[in-house]
Amino acid sequence: MGFQHFKNVTVKGIAACVPSNVFDNRKLSLLGNSDQIQKYIDTTGVVTRHLVNGRNLCSSDLCFHAAAKLLSELNWRPDEIDCLLFVSQTPDYIMPATACILQEKLGLAHECFAMDISLGCSGWIYGMAAIGALIQNGGFKKGLLLAGDTSTVTKSPKDKSTYPLFGDGGTATALEYTEGSSGLMVHTATDGKGYKAIIIPDGGFRNFYNPDSLKEVEYEDGIVRNNLQTSLDGPGVFVFAISKAPRSINGLLEHFDLDINKVDYFILHQANKILNERIRTKLRLPVEKVPYSIEEFGNTSSSSIPLTMVTRLRQQLTKGQCKLITCGFGVGLSWGTIYLETEKITCPELVLV
Amino acid sequence: MMEKFIDHFREALDASEGKEIRLEDRFRDYDEWDSLRYLSVIAMIDSEYDVIIETSEFKKIETVGGLIEEIGKRIKT
Repeated sequence: MGFQHFKNVTVKGIAACVPSNVFDNRKLSLLGNSDQIQKYIDTTGVVTRHLVNGRNLCSSDLCFHAAAKLLSELNWRPDEIDCLLFVSQTPDYIMPATACILQEKLGLAHECFAMDISLGCSGWIYGMAAIGALIQNGGFKKGLLLAGDTSTVTKSPKDKSTYPLFGDGGTATALEYTEGSSGLMVHTATDGKGYKAIIIPDGGFRNFYNPDSLKEVEYEDGIVRNNLQTSLDGPGVFVFAISKAPRSINGLLEHFDLDINKVDYFILHQANKILNERIRTKLRLPVEKVPYSIEEFGNTSSSSIPLTMVTRLRQQLTKGQCKLITCGFGVGLSWGTIYLETEKITCPELVLV
Repeated sequence: MMEKFIDHFREALDASEGKEIRLEDRFRDYDEWDSLRYLSVIAMIDSEYDVIIETSEFKKIETVGGLIEEIGKRIKT
Protein backbone atom coordinates (compact mmCIF):
# COMPACT_ATOMS: atom_id res chain seq x y z
CA MET A 1 0.00 0.00 0.00
CA GLY A 2 1.06 3.51 -0.72
CA PHE A 3 3.77 2.63 -3.25
CA GLN A 4 3.77 3.79 -6.84
CA HIS A 5 6.25 3.88 -9.68
CA PHE A 6 5.78 6.61 -12.26
CA LYS A 7 7.97 5.60 -15.14
CA ASN A 8 9.00 7.78 -18.07
CA VAL A 9 9.29 10.89 -15.88
CA THR A 10 12.50 12.84 -15.30
CA VAL A 11 13.39 15.95 -13.38
CA LYS A 12 14.98 18.47 -15.73
CA GLY A 13 15.57 21.38 -13.40
CA ILE A 14 15.07 22.87 -9.96
CA ALA A 15 15.17 26.51 -8.86
CA ALA A 16 14.49 28.27 -5.59
CA CYS A 17 13.83 31.84 -4.50
CA VAL A 18 13.88 33.44 -1.04
CA PRO A 19 13.27 36.99 0.15
CA SER A 20 16.51 38.96 0.52
CA ASN A 21 15.58 40.11 4.02
CA VAL A 22 17.51 38.04 6.59
CA PHE A 23 16.53 37.72 10.22
CA ASP A 24 19.10 36.53 12.76
CA ASN A 25 17.67 34.42 15.59
CA ARG A 26 20.65 35.38 17.75
CA LYS A 27 18.97 38.76 18.12
CA LEU A 28 15.58 37.41 19.05
CA SER A 29 14.75 38.38 22.63
CA LEU A 30 11.57 36.25 22.47
CA LEU A 31 13.89 33.28 23.00
CA GLY A 32 15.29 34.68 26.26
CA ASN A 33 18.88 35.35 27.30
CA SER A 34 21.92 34.44 25.22
CA ASP A 35 22.22 30.96 26.81
CA GLN A 36 18.59 30.24 26.02
CA ILE A 37 19.03 31.50 22.48
CA GLN A 38 22.07 29.24 22.04
CA LYS A 39 20.13 26.28 23.39
CA TYR A 40 17.36 27.01 20.92
CA ILE A 41 19.80 27.18 18.01
CA ASP A 42 21.60 24.00 19.12
CA THR A 43 18.30 22.12 19.26
CA THR A 44 16.47 23.42 16.19
CA GLY A 45 19.49 24.33 14.08
CA VAL A 46 17.89 27.58 12.93
CA VAL A 47 20.37 30.48 12.99
CA THR A 48 19.02 32.77 10.27
CA ARG A 49 15.86 32.89 8.19
CA HIS A 50 14.75 34.78 5.10
CA LEU A 51 11.47 36.57 5.70
CA VAL A 52 8.99 38.37 3.46
CA ASN A 53 8.47 40.74 6.36
CA GLY A 54 5.45 42.74 5.33
CA ARG A 55 6.63 43.27 1.74
CA ASN A 56 3.41 41.93 0.23
CA LEU A 57 5.36 39.04 -1.27
CA CYS A 58 3.31 35.86 -1.52
CA SER A 59 4.45 32.27 -1.93
CA SER A 60 3.30 32.58 -5.53
CA ASP A 61 5.65 35.53 -6.10
CA LEU A 62 8.64 33.60 -4.80
CA CYS A 63 7.62 30.60 -6.93
CA PHE A 64 7.12 32.86 -9.92
CA HIS A 65 10.67 34.21 -9.73
CA ALA A 66 12.08 30.70 -9.33
CA ALA A 67 10.00 29.45 -12.27
CA ALA A 68 10.86 32.34 -14.56
CA LYS A 69 14.57 31.82 -13.92
CA LEU A 70 14.29 28.06 -14.40
CA LEU A 71 12.33 28.27 -17.66
CA SER A 72 14.80 30.73 -19.11
CA GLU A 73 17.83 28.57 -18.17
CA LEU A 74 16.11 25.44 -19.46
CA ASN A 75 15.17 27.21 -22.67
CA TRP A 76 11.61 26.03 -22.23
CA ARG A 77 8.98 28.21 -23.83
CA PRO A 78 6.09 29.00 -21.46
CA ASP A 79 3.58 27.71 -24.02
CA GLU A 80 5.20 24.25 -23.89
CA ILE A 81 4.11 23.66 -20.30
CA ASP A 82 1.21 21.20 -20.20
CA CYS A 83 0.57 21.21 -16.47
CA LEU A 84 1.25 23.42 -13.48
CA LEU A 85 0.72 22.41 -9.88
CA PHE A 86 1.05 24.91 -7.07
CA VAL A 87 1.60 23.42 -3.62
CA SER A 88 1.27 25.68 -0.59
CA GLN A 89 -0.38 26.38 2.73
CA THR A 90 -0.22 30.09 1.94
CA PRO A 91 -2.10 30.69 -1.33
CA ASP A 92 -2.87 34.18 -2.61
CA TYR A 93 -6.61 33.89 -1.93
CA ILE A 94 -9.10 31.47 -0.45
CA MET A 95 -10.39 31.47 -4.02
CA PRO A 96 -9.48 31.34 -6.88
CA ALA A 97 -6.69 28.79 -7.08
CA THR A 98 -3.26 30.42 -7.15
CA ALA A 99 -2.19 28.07 -9.97
CA CYS A 100 -4.57 29.95 -12.27
CA ILE A 101 -2.95 33.27 -11.38
CA LEU A 102 0.48 31.76 -11.98
CA GLN A 103 -0.59 30.32 -15.35
CA GLU A 104 -1.32 33.84 -16.54
CA LYS A 105 1.68 35.44 -14.87
CA LEU A 106 4.09 32.95 -16.39
CA GLY A 107 2.44 33.27 -19.80
CA LEU A 108 1.47 29.60 -20.00
CA ALA A 109 -1.00 28.36 -22.59
CA HIS A 110 -4.75 28.31 -21.99
CA GLU A 111 -4.61 24.55 -22.50
CA CYS A 112 -2.44 24.25 -19.37
CA PHE A 113 -3.76 21.96 -16.61
CA ALA A 114 -3.44 24.10 -13.47
CA MET A 115 -4.47 23.37 -9.91
CA ASP A 116 -3.52 23.93 -6.27
CA ILE A 117 -2.59 21.32 -3.71
CA SER A 118 -3.03 22.23 -0.07
CA LEU A 119 -0.10 20.61 1.72
CA GLY A 120 2.98 21.85 3.51
CA CYS A 121 6.00 19.91 4.70
CA SER A 122 5.09 16.86 2.60
CA GLY A 123 3.94 19.08 -0.27
CA TRP A 124 6.89 18.76 -2.60
CA ILE A 125 6.68 14.96 -2.39
CA TYR A 126 2.95 14.98 -3.14
CA GLY A 127 3.35 17.55 -5.90
CA MET A 128 6.05 15.43 -7.54
CA ALA A 129 3.88 12.33 -7.30
CA ALA A 130 0.88 14.18 -8.78
CA ILE A 131 2.90 15.57 -11.70
CA GLY A 132 4.46 12.14 -12.18
CA ALA A 133 0.97 10.67 -12.47
CA LEU A 134 -0.08 13.37 -14.94
CA ILE A 135 2.82 13.04 -17.35
CA GLN A 136 3.79 9.36 -17.11
CA ASN A 137 1.66 8.37 -20.11
CA GLY A 138 3.03 11.04 -22.41
CA GLY A 139 -0.23 12.89 -22.89
CA PHE A 140 1.39 15.78 -21.11
CA LYS A 141 5.07 16.26 -21.93
CA LYS A 142 6.23 19.05 -19.66
CA GLY A 143 5.13 19.86 -16.12
CA LEU A 144 5.98 22.53 -13.62
CA LEU A 145 5.71 21.98 -9.88
CA LEU A 146 5.69 25.22 -7.91
CA ALA A 147 5.99 24.61 -4.17
CA GLY A 148 6.39 27.43 -1.71
CA ASP A 149 5.28 28.93 1.56
CA THR A 150 5.44 32.23 3.36
CA SER A 151 4.94 30.51 6.68
CA THR A 152 6.29 33.44 8.68
CA VAL A 153 3.19 35.47 7.82
CA THR A 154 1.02 32.95 9.64
CA LYS A 155 3.16 32.83 12.80
CA SER A 156 2.70 35.03 15.84
CA PRO A 157 5.86 37.04 16.57
CA LYS A 158 5.00 36.44 20.25
CA ASP A 159 4.99 32.66 19.90
CA LYS A 160 8.38 31.13 20.61
CA SER A 161 7.09 27.67 19.68
CA THR A 162 6.63 28.70 16.02
CA TYR A 163 7.97 32.14 15.12
CA PRO A 164 11.76 31.48 15.32
CA LEU A 165 11.56 28.17 13.44
CA PHE A 166 10.16 29.15 10.06
CA GLY A 167 11.42 30.90 6.96
CA ASP A 168 9.89 31.80 3.60
CA GLY A 169 10.70 30.39 0.20
CA GLY A 170 9.36 29.41 -3.21
CA THR A 171 10.62 26.78 -5.63
CA ALA A 172 10.10 25.47 -9.13
CA THR A 173 10.73 21.93 -10.33
CA ALA A 174 10.55 21.09 -14.04
CA LEU A 175 9.59 17.56 -15.07
CA GLU A 176 9.43 16.00 -18.48
CA TYR A 177 8.08 12.87 -20.12
CA THR A 178 11.11 10.77 -21.08
CA GLU A 179 10.46 7.31 -22.40
CA GLY A 180 12.44 4.61 -20.66
CA SER A 181 13.65 6.73 -17.73
CA SER A 182 13.70 5.23 -14.25
CA GLY A 183 11.05 7.70 -13.17
CA LEU A 184 9.83 8.41 -9.66
CA MET A 185 9.44 5.70 -7.03
CA VAL A 186 7.01 6.98 -4.47
CA HIS A 187 5.64 6.19 -1.05
CA THR A 188 2.86 8.38 0.34
CA ALA A 189 0.83 8.20 3.56
CA THR A 190 -1.65 10.20 5.62
CA ASP A 191 -2.90 10.27 9.22
CA GLY A 192 -5.69 12.81 9.60
CA LYS A 193 -6.05 11.95 13.27
CA GLY A 194 -3.25 14.45 13.79
CA TYR A 195 -4.90 17.26 11.84
CA LYS A 196 -4.77 19.56 14.84
CA ALA A 197 -1.03 19.13 15.37
CA ILE A 198 -0.30 21.99 12.95
CA ILE A 199 -3.33 24.16 12.34
CA ILE A 200 -4.62 27.68 11.74
CA PRO A 201 -7.99 27.26 13.47
CA ASP A 202 -9.98 30.22 12.06
CA GLY A 203 -10.51 31.85 8.70
CA GLY A 204 -11.58 28.77 6.75
CA PHE A 205 -15.10 27.48 6.48
CA ARG A 206 -15.18 25.26 9.60
CA ASN A 207 -14.51 28.27 11.83
CA PHE A 208 -15.28 31.44 9.92
CA TYR A 209 -13.27 34.55 10.54
CA ASN A 210 -15.04 36.24 13.46
CA PRO A 211 -14.40 39.13 15.85
CA ASP A 212 -12.69 36.76 18.31
CA SER A 213 -10.31 35.47 15.67
CA LEU A 214 -7.90 38.31 16.38
CA LYS A 215 -8.05 37.92 20.16
CA GLU A 216 -4.59 37.10 21.49
CA VAL A 217 -4.42 34.26 23.98
CA GLU A 218 -1.44 33.45 26.17
CA TYR A 219 -1.13 29.64 26.22
CA GLU A 220 2.02 29.68 28.27
CA ASP A 221 4.93 31.99 28.92
CA GLY A 222 6.23 33.12 25.50
CA ILE A 223 3.39 31.53 23.58
CA VAL A 224 0.86 34.19 22.60
CA ARG A 225 -1.17 33.99 19.41
CA ASN A 226 -4.59 34.44 17.88
CA ASN A 227 -6.73 31.96 15.96
CA LEU A 228 -5.61 33.18 12.55
CA GLN A 229 -2.05 32.18 13.43
CA THR A 230 -0.46 28.76 13.38
CA SER A 231 -0.65 26.51 16.40
CA LEU A 232 2.07 23.85 16.49
CA ASP A 233 2.23 20.81 18.73
CA GLY A 234 6.01 20.48 18.54
CA PRO A 235 6.45 17.28 20.58
CA GLY A 236 3.48 15.65 18.81
CA VAL A 237 4.95 16.34 15.38
CA PHE A 238 8.36 15.25 16.63
CA VAL A 239 7.09 11.86 17.76
CA PHE A 240 5.14 11.47 14.50
CA ALA A 241 8.14 12.30 12.34
CA ILE A 242 10.75 10.15 14.08
CA SER A 243 8.41 7.17 13.79
CA LYS A 244 7.05 7.67 10.27
CA ALA A 245 9.88 9.17 8.23
CA PRO A 246 12.46 6.37 8.74
CA ARG A 247 9.76 3.77 8.18
CA SER A 248 8.68 5.47 4.95
CA ILE A 249 12.26 5.60 3.66
CA ASN A 250 13.05 2.02 4.67
CA GLY A 251 9.72 0.83 3.26
CA LEU A 252 10.42 2.47 -0.09
CA LEU A 253 13.94 1.03 -0.30
CA GLU A 254 12.62 -2.41 0.49
CA HIS A 255 9.60 -2.24 -1.80
CA PHE A 256 11.64 -1.20 -4.83
CA ASP A 257 14.62 -3.31 -3.84
CA LEU A 258 16.99 -0.34 -3.66
CA ASP A 259 20.36 -0.47 -1.94
CA ILE A 260 20.60 2.25 0.72
CA ASN A 261 24.37 2.43 0.18
CA LYS A 262 23.95 3.32 -3.46
CA VAL A 263 21.89 6.40 -2.70
CA ASP A 264 24.08 9.49 -3.01
CA TYR A 265 22.00 11.92 -0.94
CA PHE A 266 19.04 11.87 1.39
CA ILE A 267 17.24 15.20 1.31
CA LEU A 268 14.89 15.47 4.24
CA HIS A 269 12.30 18.12 4.85
CA GLN A 270 14.10 20.64 7.06
CA ALA A 271 11.88 20.38 10.13
CA ASN A 272 14.34 20.95 12.90
CA LYS A 273 17.87 19.78 13.53
CA ILE A 274 17.36 17.44 16.47
CA LEU A 275 14.47 15.74 14.65
CA ASN A 276 16.33 15.37 11.36
CA GLU A 277 19.39 14.07 13.18
CA ARG A 278 17.22 11.41 14.82
CA ILE A 279 15.97 10.34 11.39
CA ARG A 280 19.52 10.33 10.04
CA THR A 281 20.93 8.24 12.87
CA LYS A 282 18.00 5.82 12.85
CA LEU A 283 18.79 5.16 9.19
CA ARG A 284 22.54 5.02 10.01
CA LEU A 285 23.33 7.56 7.32
CA PRO A 286 26.68 9.34 7.23
CA VAL A 287 26.57 13.12 7.77
CA GLU A 288 27.88 13.88 4.27
CA LYS A 289 24.90 12.18 2.63
CA VAL A 290 22.31 14.26 4.47
CA PRO A 291 22.61 17.94 3.57
CA TYR A 292 21.08 20.64 5.77
CA SER A 293 19.91 24.12 4.89
CA ILE A 294 17.89 24.77 8.04
CA GLU A 295 20.69 26.80 9.67
CA GLU A 296 20.39 29.42 6.92
CA PHE A 297 16.71 29.34 5.96
CA GLY A 298 14.81 27.74 8.85
CA ASN A 299 11.91 25.40 8.19
CA THR A 300 10.56 26.52 4.82
CA SER A 301 7.65 24.05 4.64
CA SER A 302 6.99 22.83 1.08
CA SER A 303 10.14 24.60 -0.20
CA SER A 304 12.63 22.91 2.06
CA ILE A 305 13.55 19.86 -0.05
CA PRO A 306 14.15 21.67 -3.37
CA LEU A 307 15.71 24.65 -1.55
CA THR A 308 18.20 22.30 0.13
CA MET A 309 18.99 20.74 -3.25
CA VAL A 310 19.58 24.11 -4.91
CA THR A 311 21.70 25.57 -2.13
CA ARG A 312 23.62 22.50 -0.96
CA LEU A 313 23.86 20.13 -3.95
CA ARG A 314 23.94 22.47 -6.90
CA GLN A 315 27.35 21.35 -8.17
CA GLN A 316 26.51 17.65 -7.89
CA LEU A 317 23.13 18.10 -9.56
CA THR A 318 24.34 20.19 -12.47
CA LYS A 319 27.60 18.36 -13.13
CA GLY A 320 26.78 14.68 -12.78
CA GLN A 321 24.37 11.89 -11.96
CA CYS A 322 22.68 11.64 -8.58
CA LYS A 323 20.61 8.98 -6.91
CA LEU A 324 18.38 10.74 -4.42
CA ILE A 325 15.98 9.90 -1.66
CA THR A 326 13.72 12.80 -0.70
CA CYS A 327 11.36 12.66 2.26
CA GLY A 328 8.75 15.13 3.51
CA PHE A 329 6.60 14.93 6.63
CA GLY A 330 4.34 17.26 8.61
CA VAL A 331 1.08 19.18 8.49
CA GLY A 332 -1.90 16.96 7.73
CA LEU A 333 -0.45 14.79 9.09
CA SER A 334 1.00 13.75 5.79
CA TRP A 335 4.28 12.19 4.74
CA GLY A 336 6.03 10.57 1.84
CA THR A 337 9.29 9.57 0.20
CA ILE A 338 10.50 9.65 -3.39
CA TYR A 339 13.49 7.94 -4.95
CA LEU A 340 14.68 9.57 -8.15
CA GLU A 341 17.75 9.70 -10.32
CA THR A 342 18.96 12.90 -11.94
CA GLU A 343 21.51 13.59 -14.60
CA LYS A 344 23.03 17.03 -15.15
CA ILE A 345 19.89 18.94 -14.38
CA THR A 346 19.48 22.67 -14.71
CA CYS A 347 19.82 24.33 -11.37
CA PRO A 348 20.10 28.12 -11.35
CA GLU A 349 21.72 29.86 -8.43
CA LEU A 350 19.39 30.75 -5.58
CA VAL A 351 17.22 33.73 -6.57
CA LEU A 352 16.90 36.55 -4.03
CA VAL A 353 14.08 39.07 -4.32
CA MET B 1 19.31 0.57 33.48
CA MET B 2 18.34 3.02 36.20
CA GLU B 3 21.69 4.72 36.73
CA LYS B 4 22.40 4.82 33.05
CA PHE B 5 19.00 6.31 32.34
CA ILE B 6 19.54 9.00 34.92
CA ASP B 7 22.83 9.94 33.26
CA HIS B 8 21.17 10.10 29.84
CA PHE B 9 18.27 12.04 31.29
CA ARG B 10 20.58 14.55 32.97
CA GLU B 11 22.40 15.02 29.69
CA ALA B 12 19.18 15.45 27.69
CA LEU B 13 18.10 18.10 30.20
CA ASP B 14 21.42 19.84 29.70
CA ALA B 15 21.67 19.93 33.50
CA SER B 16 24.92 20.25 35.42
CA GLU B 17 26.74 17.00 36.24
CA GLY B 18 26.14 17.55 39.91
CA LYS B 19 22.38 17.74 39.56
CA GLU B 20 20.78 15.12 41.72
CA ILE B 21 17.97 13.25 40.05
CA ARG B 22 15.71 11.05 42.15
CA LEU B 23 13.15 8.54 40.99
CA GLU B 24 10.35 10.36 42.77
CA ASP B 25 11.20 13.74 41.18
CA ARG B 26 8.46 15.38 39.16
CA PHE B 27 10.68 16.25 36.23
CA ARG B 28 8.34 18.93 34.89
CA ASP B 29 9.12 20.94 38.03
CA TYR B 30 12.84 21.10 37.22
CA ASP B 31 14.10 24.57 36.37
CA GLU B 32 15.62 23.11 33.20
CA TRP B 33 12.38 21.59 31.90
CA ASP B 34 10.92 23.28 28.84
CA SER B 35 9.64 22.31 25.41
CA LEU B 36 13.15 22.01 23.95
CA ARG B 37 14.26 19.67 26.77
CA TYR B 38 11.09 17.73 26.17
CA LEU B 39 12.20 17.16 22.55
CA SER B 40 15.71 16.22 23.72
CA VAL B 41 14.26 13.68 26.15
CA ILE B 42 12.01 12.10 23.50
CA ALA B 43 15.00 11.93 21.14
CA MET B 44 17.22 10.43 23.86
CA ILE B 45 14.68 7.72 24.76
CA ASP B 46 14.33 6.85 21.08
CA SER B 47 18.06 6.73 20.46
CA GLU B 48 19.08 4.91 23.65
CA TYR B 49 16.15 2.51 24.05
CA ASP B 50 14.49 2.43 20.61
CA VAL B 51 11.28 3.48 22.30
CA ILE B 52 8.99 6.27 21.11
CA ILE B 53 6.48 7.51 23.67
CA GLU B 54 3.48 9.29 22.14
CA THR B 55 2.73 12.70 23.64
CA SER B 56 -0.67 11.52 24.96
CA GLU B 57 1.10 8.77 26.92
CA PHE B 58 3.99 11.01 27.95
CA LYS B 59 1.55 13.46 29.52
CA LYS B 60 0.44 10.78 31.97
CA ILE B 61 3.96 10.19 33.24
CA GLU B 62 4.81 12.38 36.19
CA THR B 63 8.07 11.21 37.71
CA VAL B 64 11.51 10.06 36.63
CA GLY B 65 10.66 6.59 37.97
CA GLY B 66 7.46 6.64 35.91
CA LEU B 67 9.50 7.31 32.78
CA ILE B 68 11.82 4.40 33.51
CA GLU B 69 8.85 2.15 34.12
CA GLU B 70 7.20 3.15 30.84
CA ILE B 71 10.41 2.56 28.88
CA GLY B 72 10.85 -0.81 30.58
CA LYS B 73 7.36 -1.84 29.50
CA ARG B 74 8.02 -0.93 25.89
CA ILE B 75 11.62 -1.94 25.47
CA LYS B 76 12.17 -4.37 22.64
CA THR B 77 13.69 -7.59 23.85
